[in-house]
Amino acid sequence: MSDLKILLNFERNGKSHTLESYKQRSGYKTVEAAFKKYSPADIVEEVKKSGIRGRGGAGFPAGLKWSFLPKDSDKPVYLICNGDEGEPGTFKDRVILEENPHMLIEGIILSSYAINAKHAYIYIRGEYGYALRQTQQAVDEAYKAGYLGEKLPGTGYQCDITVHKGAGAYVVGDETGLMNSIEGKKGQTRNKPPFPAVEGLYGCPTIINNVETLASVPYIVENGGEVYGKIGTEKSTGTKLLSVSGHVRKPGVYEVIMGDSFMDFLKNQCGGILDGKKLKAVIPGGSSTPVLRPEDCEKMTIDYESITAAGSSLGSGAVIVIAEGTCMIKLLEVLAHFYHHESCGQCTPCREGTGWLLKIIKRIEEGGGKMEDIDTLTSITKHIAFHTICPLGDAACGPIDSFVEKFREEFVEHIEKGGCPYNGKFTRLQKRI
Amino acid sequence: MATSPSTYKVDDPEYKLTPEMQTKIDELVSKFPEKNSALMPALYIIQDEFGWIPPAAISQLAEILDTTPNKIYSVVTFYTMYNEKPVGKYHIQVCRNVSCSLMGAKHIVDHLSEKLNIQPGETTEDKKYTLSLVECLGACGSAPVMMINDTYYENLTVKKVDNILESLQ
Ligand SMILES: Cc1cc2nc3c(=O)[nH]c(=O)nc-3n(C[C@H](O)[C@H](O)[C@H](O)COP(=O)(O)O)c2cc1C
Ligand code: SF4
Ligand code: FES
Repeated sequence: MSDLKILLNFERNGKSHTLESYKQRSGYKTVEAAFKKYSPADIVEEVKKSGIRGRGGAGFPAGLKWSFLPKDSDKPVYLICNGDEGEPGTFKDRVILEENPHMLIEGIILSSYAINAKHAYIYIRGEYGYALRQTQQAVDEAYKAGYLGEKLPGTGYQCDITVHKGAGAYVVGDETGLMNSIEGKKGQTRNKPPFPAVEGLYGCPTIINNVETLASVPYIVENGGEVYGKIGTEKSTGTKLLSVSGHVRKPGVYEVIMGDSFMDFLKNQCGGILDGKKLKAVIPGGSSTPVLRPEDCEKMTIDYESITAAGSSLGSGAVIVIAEGTCMIKLLEVLAHFYHHESCGQCTPCREGTGWLLKIIKRIEEGGGKMEDIDTLTSITKHIAFHTICPLGDAACGPIDSFVEKFREEFVEHIEKGGCPYNGKFTRLQKRI
Repeated sequence: MATSPSTYKVDDPEYKLTPEMQTKIDELVSKFPEKNSALMPALYIIQDEFGWIPPAAISQLAEILDTTPNKIYSVVTFYTMYNEKPVGKYHIQVCRNVSCSLMGAKHIVDHLSEKLNIQPGETTEDKKYTLSLVECLGACGSAPVMMINDTYYENLTVKKVDNILESLQ
């Protein structure tokens, strides 16, 4: 386990967000050198070589996505930085936006140069008041220092950044929902194709990447894609931010090298489980990723392949830790409520199905469940998943199917007993380090 | 004071956009390739001034942005952060999602409910507090969490909530 820090390469002293602090960490050096040394195509090539996969949840290779832009379009190209961070359990982009925004801005400048975008939008969820202020302040500083605006030093290249404030809606985190939102519309998702790379914001070619993805670009360009590609595992390169919450003694945001052991991370860095309890379950990549039992995590390492092999997904890197004594049905009810609440209503299976799921889970939790309800749940998810416009429908099904698969005995217990063995409450654990 | 949507007036002089608000909205419009992109930030300008999005302001905004009030309503109702009716001076929003639930959000909500004598979704009679339940606020590592107006309050305990309420008196 090495302690390389790429994104969290700063001391948390309340100054890390300033231009001065970023420059002390050799910030903006890459941008100045890159324009002299590299053509846009060279930068795309380095990002491809780095193997970095999108950190927003889907894990799509960033360099490959950039290469989907049409070569012969005369329309302007837009870059969007997705800072909507709405996946429950996720709070890692917030750290970059609040404490290291210049690294993100440098990443955006380099990426804009690579894809020939003259205007980039940073979309930040509306609740993140502090992150919005910190990022806007950094953008203002970058304009003043001449990194943004009409002319970048010695290049004649233009890059503008607009910070856009969201207004609360999970589905807007989806790339097409987000584009509608910037256009001042309801944040409902669009049918694909056309894909954003061809027809995105204002009908123009658009690349959208997560905050963490773009903030990794300066390191990749400075050190070369090959160097970045050697960090981590073969298919999961680089470092990854994990936001850890739930029943752990030291919750928070950690930067780990891909391929590190999950259980060691949980024990050593996160301080283990609260109150010295046993681990009951882990949701490893945000609320949409399937739940795992402790035995699934035993040999798991923190990377795309290993977590997929364990039966879940790295997702956004939001690790939710659940201790023994927790009612899994009550927990699933919280999740089902969330997806039902956030369904944008465009597709019948998602709009209606998420409501039925919630109703049945509630019934089981409250003691009115029947044995056949368990199979009804998984038959409903079969009708939602992959029958909708956007992946929110699929996301709603992951938790349901995995809770039924991994904790079926708890559904049965609720139904046989005619009520919740935990009295319909979450057991409270308190002791933190 | 209007209390139910049916009694809101679209030409209520109380909600006339001030010249300063107009200037700010004009500036916004000039920043985007399409006028309509100024809609969401303009709605925030309105909410910052009035505390909610009054129908009268929507009508005026529709004229400025060359759109219809209906289209603006559909945006206002789609997003959770725009208040469709007046809220209390302090809008208390408690996270009800996974990590906060695991760490005792229910106790915080029950305590607030009892103390303020209102249910989630309601406003106290003196219009001082509105209590709402919201989805994940992106502060799960310091659960349970609530937001009062623009400020986050994290690692909540019942005692901490009491102190916070006291500081708002
Ligand atoms: C319902 C839904 C919510 C999403 N929320 C986010 C989000 O909050 N942040 C994010 O970066 N990506 C989110 N995504 C994924 C984006 O659509 C998109 O894949 C991502 O921003 C691309 O960036 P990346 O390739 O760098 O990961 C969401 C997707 C869906 C379907
Ligand atoms: S799957 Fe759900 S959230 Fe996505 S477009 Fe359909 S109704 Fe809307
Ligand atoms: S679950 Fe409450 S802030 Fe994320």
